Amino acid sequence: MSRRRHSDGDDGGQSHKRRRTSEPIEIEDRLESLICRVGEKSTSSLESNLEGLAGVLEADLPNYKNKILRILCAVARLLPEKLTVYTTLVGLLNARNYNFGGEFVEAMIRQLKETLKANLYTEALYLVRFLSDLVNCHVIAAPSMVAMFENFVSVTQEEDVPQVRSDWFVYVVLSSLPWVGKELYEKKDVEMDRLLNQIDGYLKRRLKTHVPMLQVWTAEKPHPQEEYLDCLWSQIQKMKKDRWQERHILRPYVAFDSVLCEALQHNLPPFTPPAHMPDCQYPMPRVVFRMFDYTDAPEGPVMPGSHSVERFVIEENLHNIVKSHWRERKTCAAQLLSYPGKNKIPLNYHIVEVIFGELFQLPCPPHIDVMYTTLLIELCKLQPGSLPQVLAQATEMMYIRLDTMNTTCIDRLLNWFSHHLSNFQFRWSWDDWADCLTMDADKPKPKFVKEVLEKCMRLSYHQRIVDIVPPTFSALIPADPIFFYKYQDEANSALPGYAVAITVGNAIKNRASNEEILTVLKDVPNPNQEDDDDEGEGFNPLKIEVFLQTLLHLAAKSFSHSFSALAKFHEILKALTDCDEGKLHILRVVYEVWRNHPQMISVLVDKLIRTQIVDCAAVANWLFSPNMAHEFTRFYVWEILHSTIRKMNKHVQKIQKELEEAKEKLEKQQHKKQKDSGDEEDMEKNSEDEEGLLEEQIDRLQEKVESAQSEQKNLFLVIFQRFIMMLTEHLVRCETGSVDFNTPWYKNCIERLQQIFLMHHVTIQQYMGTLENLLFTAELDHHILAVYQQFCALQL
Amino acid sequence: MSIKLNALFSDSYVDVSQYRDQHFKGNRYEQEKLLKQSNTLYVGNLSFYTTEEQVYELFSKSGDVKRIIIGLDKVKKTACGFCFVEYYTRADAENAMRFVNGTRLDDRIIRTDWDAGFKEGRQYGRGKSGGQVRDEYRQDYDPARGGYGKVVARP
Repeated sequence: MSRRRHSDGDDGGQSHKRRRTSEPIEIEDRLESLICRVGEKSTSSLESNLEGLAGVLEADLPNYKNKILRILCAVARLLPEKLTVYTTLVGLLNARNYNFGGEFVEAMIRQLKETLKANLYTEALYLVRFLSDLVNCHVIAAPSMVAMFENFVSVTQEEDVPQVRSDWFVYVVLSSLPWVGKELYEKKDVEMDRLLNQIDGYLKRRLKTHVPMLQVWTAEKPHPQEEYLDCLWSQIQKMKKDRWQERHILRPYVAFDSVLCEALQHNLPPFTPPAHMPDCQYPMPRVVFRMFDYTDAPEGPVMPGSHSVERFVIEENLHNIVKSHWRERKTCAAQLLSYPGKNKIPLNYHIVEVIFGELFQLPCPPHIDVMYTTLLIELCKLQPGSLPQVLAQATEMMYIRLDTMNTTCIDRLLNWFSHHLSNFQFRWSWDDWADCLTMDADKPKPKFVKEVLEKCMRLSYHQRIVDIVPPTFSALIPADPIFFYKYQDEANSALPGYAVAITVGNAIKNRASNEEILTVLKDVPNPNQEDDDDEGEGFNPLKIEVFLQTLLHLAAKSFSHSFSALAKFHEILKALTDCDEGKLHILRVVYEVWRNHPQMISVLVDKLIRTQIVDCAAVANWLFSPNMAHEFTRFYVWEILHSTIRKMNKHVQKIQKELEEAKEKLEKQQHKKQKDSGDEEDMEKNSEDEEGLLEEQIDRLQEKVESAQSEQKNLFLVIFQRFIMMLTEHLVRCETGSVDFNTPWYKNCIERLQQIFLMHHVTIQQYMGTLENLLFTAELDHHILAVYQQFCALQL
Repeated sequence: MSIKLNALFSDSYVDVSQYRDQHFKGNRYEQEKLLKQSNTLYVGNLSFYTTEEQVYELFSKSGDVKRIIIGLDKVKKTACGFCFVEYYTRADAENAMRFVNGTRLDDRIIRTDWDAGFKEGRQYGRGKSGGQVRDEYRQDYDPARGGYGKVVARP
């Protein structure tokens, strides 16, 4: 006997329900699916699919018009890589139903206003581009599009607005021209010329202070890293010279010309760009990343030139594909490799260039770094005969150009390369890089190889690294990550504190209590004091040394062992590091014992901060201290510093969120009180108590937020002060010695300063006033001040 | 303007798999809920020699790791080829599901899956011999996982 059990996943019971009440929803889902999927791989041609879909939608208009409008607006906004497919569809619908075309245009304008209001500038850009391509589909009349563009460009005449505002409006116009330039010029050449002249004037007078900070390479050769508007302008000018010929964009509407040119067009309503408001957040300026040109792709189709409009369109589309599918690497890779028109271009080169362009983008990549690593691996799987070679070629090129690569980008490159290698058994032709062996260790190339090998070791183990590189590379192999115990053997018995170290070690092994251990530690003399009248309160570096060295030695087996040790003896550690000097010393001891194992140092420092044994400022001071000067250019130092800053930021955000939530709760409470007033006394009293408690909580949280923000500001001040001191010292020394200041150390240091600004720009914005008044004043050496000024120019 | 076009922007790497821990204390509904909120991942197909350090390095690429618990043979108390990785935030764990799952660690393709949360005792293999169940019955020779499966090794 079987009983039908109606559990959650039971289709049998549910589907009846679904069929009866959910038909419209099913149809709406189907419409969404049909519209979203048009243009994908199909047995029929794109034209016949579009024709068919237009017929289906036309039939559904009476019942589902609003849904269809919303879906079409959404694809216009979210699927820019399929722009022309959807504009063709809208064109066909407009030809069949003029009113629908008009309603669609209205809906688009509404959406445009909304996206601008919501600071969604990229989506707004795609909407405008869509509208402009609708001119090609005879949906929108060319003169009204030109009028909209004229209104956009008039923003360049506004005064007292951020440059990034007028930049955006100019960019929108220029970046639509590859699609619609020809048509607009044919209809309104006088107006278009005037428009372009205005743009030219604007581009000539706009400031480009921000550019050096955003360039991946500082060198002009082999490929200049151009400011994005300058590059696009060159591309449009070239297109104009070519009489607006554009050969790359797929234009399905051309096949339907006979149908579309019968359609009546709509005029865009006059569109005034919304005024600038203080909380508007315009997109940041960019530098165009180029690493390949036509000489790099040896056979097959030629790569379009850097100032060709085709190059622009290809890069836009590939970036948009990544934007749409980054969460699903298989889909993303497949979509990239099935790019329409791929047979006419060296697609693998474009893909690799676009991916590295995003990975190296300053200030930050659009998506998490590891996504790009996995995407490239997926692409290698799908194109095993061609993509790995392009990737190897790219890696080689980037190695050769390390001297002028921005330090932040070198960081990302070595992270990518080591992780990539770990997926391919670390196979690489290291001998090709033998030139780095004869260079000074502080030069970019040997440094890069050294850091790569260190990262590779973290993903494997020491002996593996020894095995994978030729013996000639032994100087660059990372150190064996062993522990250095000061009180290791009897040879060290003369060291002060040795005896106590042994005793403490035994005590820990015998599970002595914290009190017992503290008693043992009382016997450690304090080298900072002359006499013994102080009971051991205050900073005793030797005590810290003896205890921590011994503890970490006993726990050296693994991260977990060390973390347990820190947790178990938290009380003692807190007692020993009550003051700033104590905190600093703990970090010094951690470095001493684990100096061959930077990864361990990293995770221990992380734990010490999280368990509040040291604070963030202590870590910053330690990393900048003279003891660590010889490590200053090592990658792990900056990993630790940035991780520390991030922890501080997250801490502040967390408390701010708690404060917000408490405030919301109070508001709700007060609303409820208003509604319920007149109820019994008891309830009123209870709600008053609750309110009182909430208000207290809010006060406490407010204090906490202020204190956390103060700590955060202090952290940045410490860091910037240290940078300024070090750099100034170096510059002065070089000047007095008449030596070139631009040493590898200097390049590293000044770019690390830049990196602080770039990686934490959102947080630093809040403290600009203080920074400018206290630190980045006019008296500063202009080399250092330039970094600050470039940062300000980003108008982030 | 709020259409999300679910048809298109799927995020399938983040989906919960079919596996359910049969030893879970609680009902199916509770388990589902925990899985959907979890910051903890189960990681499988590790080599017995893969260290906590290696797991840290790889999984840190998707965010700050809160802790790692290496899976142990119940009898020998040595690593037996799996571990748990707990993140501070769900978002970081999701990125691991999207970008670390299915890639290599120590030359092996590892697999990650949502876990309802570490509880004491779950760090031990549940196979009869003390390791993982999958190593009881497999027929192939895997030098990084103790050689042959136990059913082959035992005559």
